[in-house]
Amino acid sequence: MNELNIKYHNNFLMEVEENVEEGKWVKMCMQCGVCSGSCPFGPHWAHPPQELFMMVRAGKRADVLNSDSMWMCTSCYNCVVRCPRKLPITQIMHGLAAYANHLGMAPKTQPTRDFSLLFWKNCTRTGRVNELRLTLGLYFNDGFMAGIRKGWAMRGIGLGLMKAGRLNAFELFKGHVCKDRKGVHAMLKKAAEIEQRRKHPAS
Amino acid sequence: MTTPIATSQTILVVGGGISGMTAALEAAECGKQVILLEKSPTLGGRTALLYRYFPKLCHPVCGLEINLRRLKGNRNVRVLTLSEVSRITGERGNYTVEVTVSPRYVNENCTACGECAKAVAAEVPNPYNYGLDKMKVAYLPHDMAYPLRYVLDPSAVGTEDAGKAKAACKYDAINPDMKHEEMELTVGAIIWATGWQPYDAAKIQPYGYGRYPNVITSLEFERMSDPHGPTGGKILRPSDGKEAKNIAFIQCAGSRDENHLRHCSRICCMASLKQTQYVREACGEEGKSTVYYIDIRAIDRFEDFYQKVRKDPSVRFVKSKVARIAQESRSGDLILHGVDTEGYHRYANNHDLVVLAVGMAPPVKGVDIPAEILADSSGFLEPGSSIFGAGCASGPLDVNRSVQHATAAALRAIQVINKAAGEEASV
Repeated sequence: MNELNIKYHNNFLMEVEENVEEGKWVKMCMQCGVCSGSCPFGPHWAHPPQELFMMVRAGKRADVLNSDSMWMCTSCYNCVVRCPRKLPITQIMHGLAAYANHLGMAPKTQPTRDFSLLFWKNCTRTGRVNELRLTLGLYFNDGFMAGIRKGWAMRGIGLGLMKAGRLNAFELFKGHVCKDRKGVHAMLKKAAEIEQRRKHPAS
Repeated sequence: MTTPIATSQTILVVGGGISGMTAALEAAECGKQVILLEKSPTLGGRTALLYRYFPKLCHPVCGLEINLRRLKGNRNVRVLTLSEVSRITGERGNYTVEVTVSPRYVNENCTACGECAKAVAAEVPNPYNYGLDKMKVAYLPHDMAYPLRYVLDPSAVGTEDAGKAKAACKYDAINPDMKHEEMELTVGAIIWATGWQPYDAAKIQPYGYGRYPNVITSLEFERMSDPHGPTGGKILRPSDGKEAKNIAFIQCAGSRDENHLRHCSRICCMASLKQTQYVREACGEEGKSTVYYIDIRAIDRFEDFYQKVRKDPSVRFVKSKVARIAQESRSGDLILHGVDTEGYHRYANNHDLVVLAVGMAPPVKGVDIPAEILADSSGFLEPGSSIFGAGCASGPLDVNRSVQHATAAALRAIQVINKAAGEEASV
């Protein structure tokens, strides 16, 4: 934990370039501020993209990776369209978030992170998204009683969906699965291997 | 019009702005034969449309007058106005150039008395004021026009205005029956001084140029500040004609942007710093200028001017590229949204008028020129071996550097001519 106490890591930009998706673009930012000004969620972030890039360059490792700013990105791509240097800002935001999560440094109670993890677990298990379990998982995320309350509040919509044939209660027990479940798992395993090899070509 | 006699020892200069005039005069004063071609009815180009130069804030009239004086006193230059190159064939030392001459409908008899302009009724948008006002269909482009001769707009030909103008002229100078002419020139070297175009600000969608009347370009602002301009030197808002006192200048409007112009246009920082002084001149202490910038690129000796403006209490600097402009529909005021880089503060600032410091785009192509002419990634001419770019045709330059560049181009062209002359002599 001593490492976290050190405020500046001079090689953090290099670390980002190596480990973060599209991280090599961070150094191209010219700090004009168009991304921050264009972001519809701008006022709600602690650090807008322009500031995050400067923090990466300044080596503020812990401040960047512990931040919840990049988790606030909604992928509207407004910044990417307007960036005078064509930086893939949205991709970098997601890359930083994924890297922070990988290191276990992401904020633990960030709702976007919770949902992402829930979604990933849900869809990779069977190869298909089980919408009922995903929704209920989200409801019960904040505790058992909170889940019951949320479910009760949404019951009208749930029943409506059932009547329209858009929701099947039996999905809760045995959802329909992808035909080649093992194939999906093998594919994901292979993808993880390739990613590993790309990051550490020597091993 | 008589077709000028040209030989392989003649230099052709395309474009009659400050660069073209300089290149033509420098070559002609070295004793070379020069043909100076200009697309519009007058020489002077965009320089004639400036109010003042930076950094000394002197008036362009002075420099233009010296050049026109040189031109009038030199027998080696032939000036062709309303002429455009349509095709170039041949090679270094021996080019054949096809030229189209558009009719002026006014001949040499014109004394610029202005009776024709009084007689006609119809008006067209005035390109010399970037369309901010209108001019009569019989007009003199501007006070520094050379040749000092009126022009009849093509839209007037065939209407009764043409007849009225003809009747009003005491010198029999107006001839609505003039036709387009084609001519062919043989020249040894070509100097391409076609200048620049202001970047189309309407393409920068978040700034609302064309949608919001009070967002204007730096060139329009330049005309507005000029006492001879459309507003008589008053800085007025296009929406309601009120005097603007709180003015925002947005730098890099189009420049340094991969989505628009990838190059830095070099002149806009200085131009905006200069224009903040117009605001001070017009409004005194009440005037407020705010410059929104990424970095101020006031190179070498211009730094002194920048420091002077920095000390001016009427000018504020905000280090930020504005993300978006919104308009208050009732007042027509503009709200600039963005985040500044010095502290990452979010701002929403109100201004009366927004001036976009538009970048320099290369002139629009459309001329069939030999394939060996190369352009850089922005479309400016690369230094070549046979056709020489001069001034802004080769990259964004201010007037001073355009003149230097044009002089260099003239020297290169003279070398080609001398070589061609030597080869002919040895045959």
